[in-house]
Amino acid sequence: MPYIPHTDADIQAMLETIGVDSIDDLFDEIPADILSQPLSQVPEGISEMEASRLMADRAAADSNVACFIGAGAYEHHIPAAVWEIVGRGEFMTAYTPYQAEASQGTLQVIYEYQSMMAHLNAMDVSNASLYDGGSALAEAVLMAIRANRKSKSKKVLIPTSVNPLYRSATHGIVENQGISIEEVAFCSDMGTTPLSALEHYAGQDYAALVIQQPNFFGCLEDVHALTDWAHANKMLVIAVVNPTSLAILAPPGDWGEAGADISVGEGQPLGIPLSSGGPYFGFMCCKQGIVRQMPGRIIGRTVDLEGKEGFTLTLQAREQHIRRSKATSNICTNQGLAMTAATIYTSLLGADGLAAVANASATNTQTLVAALTEIDGVETVFAAPYFHEVVIRVPGNATDVLAKLAERRVQGGFDVSTAYAGMDDAILVCATETKNAADIQSYKVALADVLSA
Amino acid sequence: MSNLPSELRYLSSHEWLRVEDDGTAVVGITDHAQDAMGDLVFVETPEVGSSVSATEEAGVVESVKAASDIYAPVSGEIVAINEALEDAPETVNQDPYGDGWMFRIKMSDPSEVEQTLSADDYKALIEEEA
Amino acid sequence: MLIYESSQPGRRAKSQAPANTETPASIPASLLRKQKALLPETGEMQVVRHYTNLSRRNFSIDTHFYPLGSCTMKYNPRGAHRAALLPGFAGRHPLAPEVHSQGFLSCMYELQEILKDVTGMKGVSLTPMAGAQGEFAGVAMIRAYHEARNDHERTEILIPNAAHGTNPATAVMCGYKVREVPVLDNGDVDVAALKELAGPQTAGLMMTNPSTCGVFERSIKEIAEIVHEAGGLLYYDGANLNAILGKVRPGDMGFDVMHMNLHKTFATPHGGGGPGAGPIGVGERLLPYMPTPIVGKEDKDGEETYRWLTDQDIPDTIGKLSAYMGNAGVLLRAYYYARVLGREGMHRVGEFSTLNANYMMKKCEEAGFQLAYPGRRATHEFIITLSDQAKNLGVTAMDFAKRLLDYGYHAPTTYFPLLVPECWLIEPTETEAPDALDGFIEAMKSIQKEAEENAEMVKGAPYTQPVRRLDDVKAARELDLVWKPAASEE
Repeated sequence: MPYIPHTDADIQAMLETIGVDSIDDLFDEIPADILSQPLSQVPEGISEMEASRLMADRAAADSNVACFIGAGAYEHHIPAAVWEIVGRGEFMTAYTPYQAEASQGTLQVIYEYQSMMAHLNAMDVSNASLYDGGSALAEAVLMAIRANRKSKSKKVLIPTSVNPLYRSATHGIVENQGISIEEVAFCSDMGTTPLSALEHYAGQDYAALVIQQPNFFGCLEDVHALTDWAHANKMLVIAVVNPTSLAILAPPGDWGEAGADISVGEGQPLGIPLSSGGPYFGFMCCKQGIVRQMPGRIIGRTVDLEGKEGFTLTLQAREQHIRRSKATSNICTNQGLAMTAATIYTSLLGADGLAAVANASATNTQTLVAALTEIDGVETVFAAPYFHEVVIRVPGNATDVLAKLAERRVQGGFDVSTAYAGMDDAILVCATETKNAADIQSYKVALADVLSA
Repeated sequence: MSNLPSELRYLSSHEWLRVEDDGTAVVGITDHAQDAMGDLVFVETPEVGSSVSATEEAGVVESVKAASDIYAPVSGEIVAINEALEDAPETVNQDPYGDGWMFRIKMSDPSEVEQTLSADDYKALIEEEA
Repeated sequence: MLIYESSQPGRRAKSQAPANTETPASIPASLLRKQKALLPETGEMQVVRHYTNLSRRNFSIDTHFYPLGSCTMKYNPRGAHRAALLPGFAGRHPLAPEVHSQGFLSCMYELQEILKDVTGMKGVSLTPMAGAQGEFAGVAMIRAYHEARNDHERTEILIPNAAHGTNPATAVMCGYKVREVPVLDNGDVDVAALKELAGPQTAGLMMTNPSTCGVFERSIKEIAEIVHEAGGLLYYDGANLNAILGKVRPGDMGFDVMHMNLHKTFATPHGGGGPGAGPIGVGERLLPYMPTPIVGKEDKDGEETYRWLTDQDIPDTIGKLSAYMGNAGVLLRAYYYARVLGREGMHRVGEFSTLNANYMMKKCEEAGFQLAYPGRRATHEFIITLSDQAKNLGVTAMDFAKRLLDYGYHAPTTYFPLLVPECWLIEPTETEAPDALDGFIEAMKSIQKEAEENAEMVKGAPYTQPVRRLDDVKAARELDLVWKPAASEE
């Protein structure tokens, strides 16, 4: 049998040691009438060669496309070294580092990761990562409600310019705990959240305001003014940020007078393949004063009994395996491998390399916008400055246009109408550093072709 | 056998209570409780000005591998907390009935003290648990 | 040494970043970063060497026998890893159009069908990203079910007190109160107590079977009847599914909803603590509430095509749990594993994991170690208690565990379940050959002898690891979570 090493002689000897006649005898405590019948839907087993061929054929069917979709997941170059190292069995096939002495490799990587995330965000501390950006926002909302001692409210404000996929994940995760999310409209000219949209909530009791930078439309919010407004109204600030952008944009810790209180985001841009949406990882940082309200695993540096430096799980009393029903979250894992990849990626790029990726992506997106808006009837929708994504308007229906682009093996962007009513002609486009002039030109040709047909 | 001052009152959940001359009550955890928890690494106290009800959770003590709620023995308003514990939770291990006190309650119903245990009753209880 | 500590100003891995371009002038200066982020500055080879060396400071399945109870540390096929990283899969954007996704979607659809078959459930959603998220989805569906029936009185979830800590944490996340059900000395749930606790306030029962005590719950049918008669639903925690894969199906035991830990039962890598995948399976009654997206198959002009089912197809869904569809790369690995294993291989998993555990249990008993549940069959795992050693020799289960590291074996799960004092939960899995199991037993015997002759030595273990025992109290009191440059360099 695949992956089972036992010989017939092994089996006989083991059964004799146990003192039974057959393997079936080992199941004699299970009521006989619930024992399984033969499986019917599982195909016959195949060899590694056959399975590799099957998977290669299916993967090939989905290949050879030009992808201009972002919407929270971005195609960046991944240095070859990243997944070569992550793929080492010592990282890949280890478990949660409960036996610290036998897990110093994993533990030190996490400590280095926490350091990089905290510095990138200009925040005090980081956890060891959460599932993804969407669920990290949900955990941040729950955390803010626990942490905001000035507020008795179980309500938070989230502008609709925040990624709608994150908003729906957050809604699904927090709604059963009696938490309500109130949405704040964005300015349809600028594509950002103006202070005037928040005035209505001034002086009311909300636990937190969520601010995404750049927001879902790629637009840059006035994060300083929004942060100061929230703090003046006794709300915590939850920042949702793109880690690549932080190489050049003001980090959450520098927002406004006091900085954001909690910072979360999708870690995928840091060396994680697009891979159909996962495994990615969500990062979460916060101010020192509320670290005990942070969910998920946290690693600390300490010494061993000879005084030698070492790393260990800490603040475990917050977690489910000790606090059970009173834990900060039911989460028991981090996204270890994805987080390890991000740590190696960030080491290879450094602050300058990451800034080069951010600048090249922003510049390429400007080039893309310039090219596409040369086509009659194609124009940008919002006036606010942007990072590496832009909403464009096309003549006609965006869904139809995207389907026709797909026939030409071009993935033209995110169909904004699926998330925003009344924006039927809007497409969110993105070009990262991986796109060159020829890629951008071929998108333009394909779009012009589709629109002229 | 752990130290059990006879002038204090106790809860089965291992808190002690001392009624002061001014009618307030000082609360901490027992020597037995700190010993069972091991080295404390964090003490969460209630906020000054908040009100608590008898047998309601008012704080948390954490060691490396355990966390335990602290219950208010009597109802009332929190008038003081031991701020020194924030930086030195080990004080609870070293001096549970003295410098390791946790908070002070202005009692709203002093008769609730009668519901708590005497040192002898509490001693019998922990002997039974052992 | 930390990567930060070997950092040198100006050193870079130059081939890894695009040529420097200016930040677009359209971005207002007030929104730009003022101070460069404090990240390592180092070269490509230096990074490769640093992280390769760190990897060597780990125990792992690929390097050591790792009998960690309740974690199913079985071999993770290399072929699965390679398949998931094929460019067509690794490069597929989560929002790619369905016409560019038929290869990926067909794998996901077939995985759903396979998981339905092996669990006896009617529907499967692959989207939960870990066991804990699967639990969350499952209990949220139980809640949605009762609410749809206007049955608002059900406020409690029953959980055996031996359960994993995630169960009560999940119930609370879903807005429920937890009532614990006692477990008897033989490891079975106290059915009489359960009868008392179940009632019109019961939303459901969460349970692992085989239980965390390493035994099969013999009264499972009666338990299911009691909960169903009270109007509650049964949640199956799939943590121990490896014990019964191919032998008993949760659906046939009477469970209404469950999650599977694919990083355990379907051999996807644990990755030092993630990512995993925790798909959920449901019976008839919960089909309308499954989390989205799910993959559907249609016959279009005589050609089979696959598409996402969303809230338009499943209007009563509890919704989405992540931005996209979950840990797709993990799901691809599980699909590969299921295809290579096939029908016959699937039936053998439960059998050989059980054979290995019973063999080890017998050998432990022969070596003089105390079983927690003598007279019971082991399932895929079993428990020994070292309380005699702790009492008589002063050598605890933790001391034994640390010493075992010196012998080249990862320690079993210690101090879980909480019910059994000084316990070890030992799970060998089916992919270990008997010689590895024998080696482990010999190490145990040797440590026992050491404990009798030189207890202090055992209590000081480990001696061969990169560090000795760590000061956890210092770690928690003096939090050092982020590297900072020495003050003089600031």
